[in-house]
Amino acid sequence: MSEAKLGTAFISLLRRDLMLAYRHRAQMMNPLLFFVIVVSLFPLGLDPEPELLHTIAPGVIWVAALLAAMLSLDNMFRSDFEDGSLEQLLLTPHPLPLLVLAKILAHWLVSGLPLLLLAPLLGMLLNLGSESLFPLLATLALGTPVLSLIGSIGVALTVGLRGGGVLLSLLILPLFIPVLIFAAAAVGNAGAGLDITGQLAFLGSLLALAFALAPLATAAALRISLN
Amino acid sequence: MWVGAGSSVFYESGETSHFMREQARVEAVGLAISRNDRYIFTDLNFSLEAGQILQVEGHNGSGKTTMLRILCGLTLPTDGEIRWCGENIRKNLAEYHAQLAYVGHAPGIKDDLTPLENLSLAGAMDRPRDGANAEQVLERLRLPAFCDDVPCRNLSAGQRRRVALGRLLMLDAQLWVLDEPFTALDPAGRRLVEELLSEHAKAGGMAVMTTHHAVNLDGCTVHRLQLGT
Amino acid sequence: MSIIPNWLHRLSSPKNFYRFAGTASNWCGWIALVLMIAGLYYGLVDSPPDYQQGDSARIMYVHVPAAWMSMFVYMVMASSAAVGMIWRIKASSAFANASAPVGAMFTALALVTGMLWGKPMWGTYWVWDARLTSELILLFLYLGYMALNSAIEDRETAARATAILALVGVVNIPIIHYSVEWWNTLHQGATVTKLDKPSIHISMLIPLLLMAFAFKFYYLSNVFRRARCELLEREQGKLWVRELVGEKNGE
Repeated sequence: MSEAKLGTAFISLLRRDLMLAYRHRAQMMNPLLFFVIVVSLFPLGLDPEPELLHTIAPGVIWVAALLAAMLSLDNMFRSDFEDGSLEQLLLTPHPLPLLVLAKILAHWLVSGLPLLLLAPLLGMLLNLGSESLFPLLATLALGTPVLSLIGSIGVALTVGLRGGGVLLSLLILPLFIPVLIFAAAAVGNAGAGLDITGQLAFLGSLLALAFALAPLATAAALRISLN
Repeated sequence: MWVGAGSSVFYESGETSHFMREQARVEAVGLAISRNDRYIFTDLNFSLEAGQILQVEGHNGSGKTTMLRILCGLTLPTDGEIRWCGENIRKNLAEYHAQLAYVGHAPGIKDDLTPLENLSLAGAMDRPRDGANAEQVLERLRLPAFCDDVPCRNLSAGQRRRVALGRLLMLDAQLWVLDEPFTALDPAGRRLVEELLSEHAKAGGMAVMTTHHAVNLDGCTVHRLQLGT
Repeated sequence: MSIIPNWLHRLSSPKNFYRFAGTASNWCGWIALVLMIAGLYYGLVDSPPDYQQGDSARIMYVHVPAAWMSMFVYMVMASSAAVGMIWRIKASSAFANASAPVGAMFTALALVTGMLWGKPMWGTYWVWDARLTSELILLFLYLGYMALNSAIEDRETAARATAILALVGVVNIPIIHYSVEWWNTLHQGATVTKLDKPSIHISMLIPLLLMAFAFKFYYLSNVFRRARCELLEREQGKLWVRELVGEKNGE
């Protein structure tokens, strides 16, 4: 007789999701391409005058990041729901919030982290300025995990439903607004040479709060969706 | 009784656990479920002990799958409760799940992973049997050799079902809950499942399953439950 | 449990709640009407016009209570949804679901009256004022709740899912409120754009409170009525509903 080890389960689940993402890497690219395309639309729809772009850059990049996150969130539980793997997760003896955390971590590594890698490119497209680049990366590093965490609650609530993607956006985008406000303001202020530690601290505390509470809400929502 | 001994998810090894397994019992008490404000069944009761198999029958829509899901603790019943060794499973769901293996309608395997990867994962996520080895389990499932390294999406439905059933061999679970286990299986596959069930019952395990097929299990007590009468 | 009074415990039964809500709804409706007439009279007719904004400031007597209600109703909705989910009390979930459209309506009212107030004050219907922006986001939260509720077919499952959503909303509302306030201070124009009166004279306070209570009673009256309808639907197979229908038909 052996015991069920939580650490093994966590790592196995994480590895599994990363492996699955890798085997579908073409699909994983789509939200990232979306990210770049959306950002590129703004200069085309407005005047590509460098000063204007510089002003709107933080907000535009962050709004695009929110939308890209929305697109990628749908994958988090859908495939597992459809092939029955999700219910198997609920039937392990391990605490569901921790398993959920493994899935959220995998999701962020695949969908959130690449946004940081694309950020310098987008900064260049929108004339962001090099002094704002590091603040942009900092806000993305703190903010994108919050998007994955809060987003997972919405995905868990809507995983079995028709009209999934749009309903998910309606539920989750209002909850993203604080992240958007503080992140975009931080990058904008950095461009103006102001101190942004306050904003970064706020983002950090949002991350801490989301990290503590979101997996619990997501686990509860999953049990309800699989009822 | 080991249930009262705490909330750990491991057994003690050796003779004691064998003795404890013999005492295991799963019961449904006064079970009722309503969906969309309409009752599917009410006041369902049964009791199953180690070494016994329960075959659940009923027409479509009589609530067989729902009842199995309630038994697993996935679905909350509207009334009544499930008891494991006399205690409501809700009191310690994790411990109950450590004793449980479920193979439902959906196979519960990832199509993008090979059978080997799927079974190793199943063993890593839950409580594996002593000495459970994914390769040996695959052999036991009598899948052709090429299946080992091919993603499950390239297998036939019957082969995928065998992989899904492989979970039962990877895990150390006393209670098996199977929803239509014979679906998509050829006669050889059906015999395999019957073998697995017989072995499991003789070793002191128990199983609840829904099926339309007549089941031939020598040496085991098979109880029948009819839903929807 | 001894801390729950017996009458409250009895209310959790759908049948008792149905009867209670019927009577309560009527009483609350009449009280609301009386209070509203009094409040509107004192507010629109009897109180002095604002020395800065003149008569247009009187819309505050509708706008401010509506904004208060939009927050209050969300809190009540979230709590009754949570109670309904944890203790599986249908009447509580029905109360929560019934509160959502009423809360959304108060939020929309606050937004519209805010816009009507804004036109004479700033010359434009919409400004991204902290209060209006918070109300807009709150409206989205209400609509999201209602959308999720209608997307799930089974009423019991819907009650639990929307309870989770409402609780997540409750945690987020203070964060959103604070974020919007902070964002607004960043981009403040030269004029002060807060829609609150800086100081409230007693003659203005009375109609304000009258309207606030009028809205509360209106809310209760409306929600009790809606909750009764939902309970009838959810309990349609039960004996007490059939008896009720039988009575009506026999009349």
